[in-house]
Amino acid sequence: MQPARFITASCSIAGNTVYKNGKPEFHREGLSAADFLDELYTHYKIAYPKFHKMDQLSKLGLLAAEILLNESGHADKYGNDETGIVLSNTHGSLDVDLKFAATMEAGASPALFVYTLPNIVIGEIAIKHKFRGENAFFVFKAFNGNFMVAYVNGLFDSKLIKSCICGWVDYLGEEYRAMLMMVETSRKKNAIPFTAAEVNLLNNTSHG
Amino acid sequence: MDKLMDQLKRQIIERLNLKDLKPEDIGDDQPVFVEGLGLDSIDALELIVLLQQDYQIKLVKAEEGPKVFHTVRTMATYITEHSPAKKAS
Repeated sequence: MQPARFITASCSIAGNTVYKNGKPEFHREGLSAADFLDELYTHYKIAYPKFHKMDQLSKLGLLAAEILLNESGHADKYGNDETGIVLSNTHGSLDVDLKFAATMEAGASPALFVYTLPNIVIGEIAIKHKFRGENAFFVFKAFNGNFMVAYVNGLFDSKLIKSCICGWVDYLGEEYRAMLMMVETSRKKNAIPFTAAEVNLLNNTSHG
Repeated sequence: MDKLMDQLKRQIIERLNLKDLKPEDIGDDQPVFVEGLGLDSIDALELIVLLQQDYQIKLVKAEEGPKVFHTVRTMATYITEHSPAKKAS
C-alpha cells in the first residue's frame, strides 16, 4: 500500500489574483502581468533585490513559492536537502527566449541569456531558500496530474525527499498562471490526499 | 567627469535592474562588485555590453576588467581615455 502523502498547502497566481489554499487573498485590477508581479513583490514585502533581475517566469515561480511557504514554518521542519521542487509548464522559457532573440542584433544581453532555460525558476527558488533537494522541470502540452503525482511519489519512495514543492508555472506575454502545492507525509488540518484526481481538480479550479 | 559618472550611475541602474537604488545611492568611489553594490559575474558581462553599445568601446584585454569596473570613477576614466573621439584626436 502506498504511504500517505498530502497536499498541505497550495498557492495559485492567475488573472491578477493570488489564491492561498483555494481562497482569494490578493487582487489588483488593471495592471499588466509584469506590473502585477512587481505589485506582489511589494505587497508581500519580499525584500530580495535579485527579484528585479529575474525573467518573468522566475518572478512568477518565486512569488508563488514565497506565498506558499509564508508562515508555514517549513524551514524549521526540514533540512536543506529534504525538500524537492518539481515544476512543469507548456511554454518553457519562451517568454524570455523571445526577448533575448530581440536583443541579439544590437548585442545579446547576458542577463537575459542566463534565463533562457525553464528550470532556472527552480534554481531561483532553491537559492532563495537554500533548498538542495531533488528537482526537475517538465514541459507538457497541458498540466499532467498523473505524471506529477507519479514522479513526486517516486522521489518520496526513493527516500530522496521528505517534502516537495510541485505544480505548474507558465508565463508568456500577458498570459500567466502558477499553481504550486506543498506535499508532505504528515496530515495537517484541511490537507488533501496527494492523488492524481485531487491534483487535477486543484489545477482545474486554480482560476487560470 | 562628474556628468559622465552621473550618466553611468543611471545606466547601471537601468541596465542591471537595480530598482531599489537611486543614482545618489551609488558613491563615485564605491566598489560595485560583491561588497559594494553586490553585482555578480553576469552583471560584469552586461557592463561590458553597455560599454560596447553606448560608448563604442571594446574591452580588449579581459584581465583589465576588474580594474576598469572597480568603481564608477574607474569606469568613467576608462571611457574618457578610450572613447573613439579621444582616440581620433
